[in-house]
Amino acid sequence: MTIEFALPELGEGIEEADVLRVLVSPGDSVEVEQGVIEVETEKATLEVPAPAAGRIGEVRVASGETIRVGQVIVTIDEAAGAAGEARAPAAAPASAPPEPAPPAPPEPEPGPSPAAAAPEPAPPAAPAPADEAAPEPAPPARPAPAPASPAAPVHREGEPVFAAPSVRTFAREIGVDIREVAGSGPGGRISQDDVKRHARSRPAGGLGRGAPAPDPGAGVDFARWGEVERLPMSRVRRTTAETISRSWQSPHVTLFQKADVTELEALRRRYRERVSRAGGGNLTMVAILLSVCASALRQHPRLNASVDAAARQIVYKKHVHIGVAVDTDRGLLVPVLRDADRKNVTELSAELGSLAVKAREGKLGLEEMRGGSFTISNLGGMGTGFFTPILNPPEVGILGVGRALTEAVWDAEAGAFAPRLLLPLSLSFDHRIVDGADGARFLSWVVEALEQPLLLALEG
Amino acid sequence: MAAGAGTGSGSGDGATRVVVIGAGPGGYPAAFHAAHLGMDVTLVDPEPNPGGVCLYRGCIPSKALLHVAGLLRETEAAAEWGLRFERPEIDIDAVREWKGRVVGKMTGGLGLLTRQRRVRYVQGRARLAGPKMAVVELSEGGDQTLNFDYAVLATGSRPQAIPSLLPGSPLVMDSTDALELASVPPTLLVVGGGYIGLELGSVYAALGSRVTVVEMTAGLLPGADRDLVEPLQRRLEGEFEEILLDTRVESMREHDGGLEVTLAAEAVERPVRRFDRALVSVGRRPNSEGLGLESTRVGLTDRGFVEVDEQRRTAEPTVFAVGALAGEPMLAHKATHEGRVAAEAIAGRPAAFDPSAIPAVVFTDPEIAWTGLSESQARERGIEVDVLRFPWAASGRATTLGRTNEGLTKLLVDARSQRVLGVGIVGADAGELVAEATLAIEMGARVDDMRETIHAHPTLSETLMEAADLFTNASPHYVDRRRERALRSRAGL
Ligand SMILES: Cc1cc2nc3c(=O)[nH]c(=O)nc-3n(C[C@H](O)[C@H](O)[C@H](O)COP(=O)(O)OP(=O)(O)OC[C@H]3O[C@@H](n4cnc5c(N)ncnc54)[C@H](O)[C@@H]3O)c2cc1C
Repeated sequence: MTIEFALPELGEGIEEADVLRVLVSPGDSVEVEQGVIEVETEKATLEVPAPAAGRIGEVRVASGETIRVGQVIVTIDEAAGAAGEARAPAAAPASAPPEPAPPAPPEPEPGPSPAAAAPEPAPPAAPAPADEAAPEPAPPARPAPAPASPAAPVHREGEPVFAAPSVRTFAREIGVDIREVAGSGPGGRISQDDVKRHARSRPAGGLGRGAPAPDPGAGVDFARWGEVERLPMSRVRRTTAETISRSWQSPHVTLFQKADVTELEALRRRYRERVSRAGGGNLTMVAILLSVCASALRQHPRLNASVDAAARQIVYKKHVHIGVAVDTDRGLLVPVLRDADRKNVTELSAELGSLAVKAREGKLGLEEMRGGSFTISNLGGMGTGFFTPILNPPEVGILGVGRALTEAVWDAEAGAFAPRLLLPLSLSFDHRIVDGADGARFLSWVVEALEQPLLLALEG
Repeated sequence: MAAGAGTGSGSGDGATRVVVIGAGPGGYPAAFHAAHLGMDVTLVDPEPNPGGVCLYRGCIPSKALLHVAGLLRETEAAAEWGLRFERPEIDIDAVREWKGRVVGKMTGGLGLLTRQRRVRYVQGRARLAGPKMAVVELSEGGDQTLNFDYAVLATGSRPQAIPSLLPGSPLVMDSTDALELASVPPTLLVVGGGYIGLELGSVYAALGSRVTVVEMTAGLLPGADRDLVEPLQRRLEGEFEEILLDTRVESMREHDGGLEVTLAAEAVERPVRRFDRALVSVGRRPNSEGLGLESTRVGLTDRGFVEVDEQRRTAEPTVFAVGALAGEPMLAHKATHEGRVAAEAIAGRPAAFDPSAIPAVVFTDPEIAWTGLSESQARERGIEVDVLRFPWAASGRATTLGRTNEGLTKLLVDARSQRVLGVGIVGADAGELVAEATLAIEMGARVDDMRETIHAHPTLSETLMEAADLFTNASPHYVDRRRERALRSRAGL
């Protein structure tokens, strides 16, 4: 009997896949479970196993092609005489698979496994329950069991990588995660050429979808252009780099606006002494901005929210914790002021001072840098004007503060230019949940509150 | 920048300043490699020369004594081959002296290498005083402050002391005391059937002690595959007075110049027994106390190991940790590899500790060695493997050595990729044989790679090749019926 073997379901929401390699040719004999083709989906690279033993008749796909679920891959002439134990009719999802248990991926080592995007634990590999009306399908976990048997990712977690130490080192040198590389050697062994091919294929073709692009600096021999020194990235630097890269995943927009802080600056100077005497330390514009932003966030809860994309929910926070970016000799640290909306300016100023000192001395605890709902980043001290602050995910808003400069402003009433102190403010926000108008309203509210401190008392 | 550059920060020639604390098999290679990479290195240890536990009171002295014990056993076994020796006269003082010479030669050599590598050696105990400074309590008296860009902690471990087992008593030894070889007691109780207890128990048994081993769990060498342990246990049952499994030592007291020991088990005859001495070998603890870690962000696991990342960096970016201090397995070669990784990481190279296999060797007679995945791990983690067992009864070399009935070479293979995932061996020289297996696993060898590599005849290494041949049951010297059935049923016949 000849079977037309079609691409089985590979997982929830996966309708097509790119053929990476065809592992069989016409005339080859295959065993049950033997890989027929290797495909790549958005989620993983998988081998598609044969549903039955036999001889390959036709091969109807080629590497590089994109194929759809249900499309015939090969025809298999079933081995005569071999009685059908593990014979699932090809591409007939209705029949219960005789061997429902896929070779379970080995238990991952206990401990964080940052790579796994899918929430643990994966549902048991049983035919999808079509019973109770689930309100929303659960987020896709591991590739769902295909009718015949599940396909395995290139490397099962917990198993050593199938590559020599020198190849593993080479992969690290050029910034390739060896676990993502498909090996072309016998049994799937990874060679140095495989690593190179993987690195080249990622940015260019459609093959690397979902995988991070290799760092353009990886493996480059900069010494060719002059003397260089390579030093390790500190942990803080690495964390910053990762967070910042992640923040590109939320599309954000930046709005610019200047606030006239002439009066506020005069007030700040007048009350500075008093705040200091009350234990508030040095009253800075950032401390005042903390108070203003806290009120603004209460007025505009969308900017105090986060997105849980997997659950398709917006998380509105009933607390206002504001992070303040501090430049230290270890790198950028962002201590968080808790409940900024429930503290007055003197308290905020005192707390800001002590957190900044702790940050510079390297004494901040991890907890003191977590749970922020908004961030303020001040580059004014360095002379910067406007800039485009980058989000600190999962927060959805960040306010950049530049240097205040005295500028000539047209005073229509007086019919003359007047010297005014203008503070450049740059607000970046996550456009997925904050519309342009929302952002503009928030920023205008902040500007107005700085210009009309009474607004705080009226609305804040 | 704090974590970035160590350069230009004080030392004369501007090299990165590295302080290595502890000069065992983790620390001294880290120091030597850092110096090799051009860094300005200071190595601190209380001993006069590098070596650590491994050279002074671990691997090296124990193997020297096991060599002596092995020779004694060979002379007995030789009767079967037609050689009869007089009962040997054991001069225990001379044995001890020989062991001392071995240790002295090795550690002295390391002292010389330290100077050749231009590593500054400071004799004393160091503790951190923040992320960039250490204070050494010098052995010659006084304190010395060391500023560094990076520190590597390699302070190792020490024997676990159990209060109910009289740690202070002169009749109760830990492994360090036992290696001193102060005397050979007529009767010796070994508490703990791990590798240290069995190795040292074998030494004392060969030298004439009547040795009893008490192990709390159901088998010797907990963690090792049972089929490897079984031949050793059979042999030790002949050499030792008794092996008591599932048994705990409840209490001990000094009595009448000896030890009165109370045992607790389901069915133990004579729960109260007398021994002249006891050796307590129930595990080791990392030396993470008193190191000034609280002045840094270095974190510990709940078992007291320092937490490190792939590069062996702690939560304090300037501080690395390697060896027994940084976690299991507490083995010298793992420490050495980590020391090298840490030095490379400090030099900014993309190093990582990511072995596919770490060999473990028990230097008893027969030896037991394994590397990569073990059968019990495969079972625990649900990894399906084909197990290929080649018994040494079918090995020519084993037969010439008169060691056929206790040898086994076992390969664990992933049936799909045919890749070798683990190897376990019991038999003479298993510790040497496991090296090939480790290289095979690291290189991603498949069974056919091992089978198609020519091995010299007659050697024990052929057993690896022949075990690989069992994948298709094609070994020329052994037909495995069970394998044959498995292959048939897989082929649907
Ligand atoms: C009896 C016995 C037999 C063994 N046999 C083997 C074997 O055959 N094979 C094997 O692989 N492993 C064996 N081991 C284990 C092996 O000895 C250890 O795994 C290995 O020594 C660990 O190396 P390390 O560098 O981490 O620490 P260690 O070797 O423990 O060295 C640490 C050093 O740091 C010093 N130190 C501690 N605190 C300070 C401080 N504050 N300042 C300065 N210096 C400090 C210590 O004095 C010591 O010299 C054996 C152990 C024992 C006890």
